[in-house]
Amino acid sequence: MIKKLSIYIGKYKKPAMLSPIMVSLEVVMEVVIPLLMAMIIDDGLEKGNMTVVFGVGFAMILASLLSLLFGILSGKYSAEASSGFAKNLRQALFYQVQNFSFTNIDRFSTSSLVTRLTTDVSNVQQAFQMIIRMFVRAPMMLIFALIMCIRISVRLSAIFLLAIPFLMVSLYFIMTKTHPNFLKMFKKYDLVNRVVQENLTSIRTVKAYVREDHEIEKFDDASGQLKQYSINAEKLLALNGPIMQTTVYSCMIMISWFGASLVVSETMTTGQLMSLFTYVMQILSSLMMISMAFVMTTMAKTSADRIIEVLDEQSDIVSGAKGLTQVKDGSIIFDHVSFSYAQDENKLALEDISCHIPSGATVGIIGGTGTGKSSLVSLIPRLYDITKGKLLIGGEDIHDYDLEALRNEVSVVLQKNVLFSGTIKENLRWGNPEATDEEIIRACQLAQAEEFIEKFPNKYDTYIEQGGTNVSGGQKQRLCIARALLKKPKILILDDSTSAVDTKTDALIRQAFKEEIPDTTKLIIAQRVSSIEDADMIIVLNEGSIDAIGDHETLLKTNQIYQEVYESQVKGGDDDE
Amino acid sequence: MNRRRPQGRVKMDEHTFSSLKRLMGYVFKNYGRLFVLVILLIIVSSLANVQGTLFIQSLIDDYIAPFIGQRDFDKTGLFYALLRVGGFFGIGVIASYGYSRIMVNISQGSLKMIRDDMFKHMQSLPIVYFDQHTHGELMSRYTNDTDALRQMLGQTLPQIVNSLMTIISVFISMLILSVPLTCITVLSTAMMVFISKKAAMLSGKYFGLQQASLGKLNGYIEEMMDGQKVVKVFTHEEEAKRDFDVLNEVLCENMTKAHGYSNMMGPISNNLGHLTYSITAMSGAVLAIQGIGSLTLGGLASFLQFTRSFNQPISQITQQFNSIVMALAGATRIFDLMDQAPEIDEGKVTLVNIEEVNGQCIETPKYTGKWAWRHVHPDGSVELVRLQGDVRFENTNFGYTEDKMILHNIELFAKPGQKVAFVGATGAGKTTITNLINRFYDIQSGSITYDGIDVKLIKKDDLRHSLGIVLQDTHLFTGTIADNIRYGKLNATDEEVIAAAKLANADHFIRHLPQGYDTIITGDGASLSQGQRQLLSIARAAINNPPVLILDEATSSIDTRTESLVQKGMDQLMEGRTVFVIAHRLSTVRNADVIMVLENGEIIERGNHDALIQQKGKYYQLYTGAFELS
Repeated sequence: MIKKLSIYIGKYKKPAMLSPIMVSLEVVMEVVIPLLMAMIIDDGLEKGNMTVVFGVGFAMILASLLSLLFGILSGKYSAEASSGFAKNLRQALFYQVQNFSFTNIDRFSTSSLVTRLTTDVSNVQQAFQMIIRMFVRAPMMLIFALIMCIRISVRLSAIFLLAIPFLMVSLYFIMTKTHPNFLKMFKKYDLVNRVVQENLTSIRTVKAYVREDHEIEKFDDASGQLKQYSINAEKLLALNGPIMQTTVYSCMIMISWFGASLVVSETMTTGQLMSLFTYVMQILSSLMMISMAFVMTTMAKTSADRIIEVLDEQSDIVSGAKGLTQVKDGSIIFDHVSFSYAQDENKLALEDISCHIPSGATVGIIGGTGTGKSSLVSLIPRLYDITKGKLLIGGEDIHDYDLEALRNEVSVVLQKNVLFSGTIKENLRWGNPEATDEEIIRACQLAQAEEFIEKFPNKYDTYIEQGGTNVSGGQKQRLCIARALLKKPKILILDDSTSAVDTKTDALIRQAFKEEIPDTTKLIIAQRVSSIEDADMIIVLNEGSIDAIGDHETLLKTNQIYQEVYESQVKGGDDDE
Repeated sequence: MNRRRPQGRVKMDEHTFSSLKRLMGYVFKNYGRLFVLVILLIIVSSLANVQGTLFIQSLIDDYIAPFIGQRDFDKTGLFYALLRVGGFFGIGVIASYGYSRIMVNISQGSLKMIRDDMFKHMQSLPIVYFDQHTHGELMSRYTNDTDALRQMLGQTLPQIVNSLMTIISVFISMLILSVPLTCITVLSTAMMVFISKKAAMLSGKYFGLQQASLGKLNGYIEEMMDGQKVVKVFTHEEEAKRDFDVLNEVLCENMTKAHGYSNMMGPISNNLGHLTYSITAMSGAVLAIQGIGSLTLGGLASFLQFTRSFNQPISQITQQFNSIVMALAGATRIFDLMDQAPEIDEGKVTLVNIEEVNGQCIETPKYTGKWAWRHVHPDGSVELVRLQGDVRFENTNFGYTEDKMILHNIELFAKPGQKVAFVGATGAGKTTITNLINRFYDIQSGSITYDGIDVKLIKKDDLRHSLGIVLQDTHLFTGTIADNIRYGKLNATDEEVIAAAKLANADHFIRHLPQGYDTIITGDGASLSQGQRQLLSIARAAINNPPVLILDEATSSIDTRTESLVQKGMDQLMEGRTVFVIAHRLSTVRNADVIMVLENGEIIERGNHDALIQQKGKYYQLYTGAFELS
């Protein structure tokens, strides 16, 4: 995992290396200071030698200043390295998602991708910073201080043979005991959040049914559980401080007891004894630091795993080897095509689809929800790959086309469509970055969008808010159609794209298509029979298979599903006459 | 977890202090005695610590120095001294465990109370409040803001008390040991605080910039991830990467600066501490050699140890200042929610069960399924008005704000058992009208009566109990299918649940689920189809057997074939009730007794289907598809 992620340090290797070096130098200075202090006491104070006091004193001050400098530099470099690392990681993730196929996107879901790119990256960044600072500082401190102690007195240092294992075992015990409790606590956090979340989204239901008290009870229960589990998790952590104190205090008492004899017998100096007290603190607190840093980095492990999951994901749709860049015409041939989202022949979303759509035809596709209408059309621009059978466009297998070329010729207006924040013009230019103003206006005319755009005060420069919240559903759909038209595709697919447009405008759009872009193959998925009744051919889908193909008149006579749909929508109007 | 980075610039204002007071109020009101105990224990623990450091002086001066060079070293004195110190240490350790452990209970307990109070209060707020605040905004009071409080109560608070105690006791001890050295320490500590503050300010400034650019980048990521499929369809990947890189670069720059300064804070206070230590050591040695101020070797040793214990808490407090202010800002937001005025309910008329004895209606505590309004008149007489479902609007005007009226002059009367439909474009005011009946909002002028009683006189809870609502967006709760249906009537028996499901035509699909009625729904019922969820919400409304039903676009997001299935359930449910229907598809409202066509908050046409068709007005246009609804 560390290996995989460390590639993303990239050009920030220099600060990433310098930071631990600076940290080490800082530690060296910090360890030297007590040593110098011992010299002041022993060679200066005890012997009444002022030159030594001043000489060593200034050396100490110099060491402190150097330590300060190294500390500041290490902070600076680690910030550079960690911010750069996060930048590279974020970029790698974003680029990776750009290469994703629809299948990849579906697997992760939008919100989880956002979390991975934001929260997870910042968690990993913090851990990274911790690794190049804390994880260097604490062990260094431990080692250097220990060396100093051994230099002063090997025998006294034996105390650490007791103290270090005791502290480590206790801390390890607390960590392993609390970790599962913390996991349980996080689950309870989720529970509390879920209750609040559900309450907020359903607040009207809650109020309409006068269930406030019921909700409060639910929340009380959840927050009570959270409290209990939090206490369980944290009560062991309360041992951390006292255990640390016990170790430090015991060491001090032992050092006082044994050290006193050593000083009295003049095998050790007073200054050395004093510096020992400082080293004890340094050694034990660095152990504490290691354990804390350890816990924090393991918390980031889940985030790192989630990031790697994205980075490791293979995009399963790539350009064909032949790389055809020209699509001859808009003819489509489905030849016994089956499709499964899971690429599993036992879970087919579409089964044995065969049909021939000539270039320039208008095709209506109808069927209930979940019958595979959207799946069918998304195979054409290779948003998903077919599982079995053959799909030809312009007479060539779709797998032989260059992906970008294919998608430029097959324009889809998705059912769940979005506009991006920016002006109308900017949004439309997604279809064709070089589109002239005339082309844009023409596309809008075809999509029957021109009229309402002209009514906006800023016309084509009207700013669309994120998610297109400041235009109505029908307007949004028409803008999306105009955007798709600007691609001048050979095949145009409208996936339920006029559901919010009134029937009259809907008819005008279709009429414009017929007259203005007769050579473009048009596939229209619709709920309303009226949207497709004048199509050249209508495909009725049922449970992933073609139930019937034919024109309006024929289907009305022969197909039961089509009749049912038609009646449920139109019958009302008829029996009045 | 234990680390909070200062975010943005933090400001202190009068709210900060009043929030602190209120927060401490929670602690003292419920855990007053325990908290006093905590403070006592903290004092004990820090005194024990000071004792230990002071002991270094007597160790060197009394137990070591006199014996240096002597052959026999009598350690009995030292033994007893160490025993005494060990005792102090023992007490200190116990005290520190004691307060840490008690603090866990205090902080978690107070947090629970704050959470509960907040949620409880939130339930009492009017719908308007939820309209004005996003879910994310309210959610973050329960997550981020409470988390900051947890940090503050659980760790920062005891740490600060501890730090203060340590500072005071150490300062006194230092004064006793040596006044001149104390002056030096205090001076250099002041310098440390000053420099740290400067770094904190710079860091705060860049954190503000970082947050801003982070917000921008995250916004961009959200937008792109949300529209990723569109990006693919338009082969717009390269442009997306380019824009992303620009934002990412800016963030990296600001982040480097912000983290750079905040990373320096630790080393600065740590190393300035070393500097103080060095200066003290040198000057101490000088003082001792010159014999100024009777500073002994042991005294100096102790003093040096003290400079460390003096610096540490001060740098801790400086570093935590930002997180305290931030936690209090969170507290201010939480208390702000708790201070919102709850829904006003001045209604006195209540809903009671009745039974008929000799043709007379008599109130009964039993559940009879027959209801009446219990109206206590000012003169004390009690009137029972049978609940029938007669709703009238008279000259009603309404606006969410006084200056922008949404509904004008609404006149309507629904007789018991009638089906009233509202038709009109989005924003015409259809949903608003139904929201006035159950008093989600209150009208500005005119009157709405229910069985002849002004709805304002009816207790809100009872009013809403008498109305069944099926909303456009069906929201289900985590729990079993049966639990969700039972939401309409908490004490419903299993038989009642099944009967309601049957009525709504939902029984069939429920029985086909793996665990039938005990199937657990999670994530707002994501595993169910739109139609199935809709059926469940109809069953939920049906179980309470309400005399009045409001169906707000209840079938709009279902395809027409599925709708005919749902429609059957709806038709059964509507029988014999007063029903208000809002529908997008006109086929659903055709058989209504009266159809109201709304435009810009006014009823412009009314009548039944045939009459309106003949009128050849707006309804006719809508019906023939010449007009756009959404």
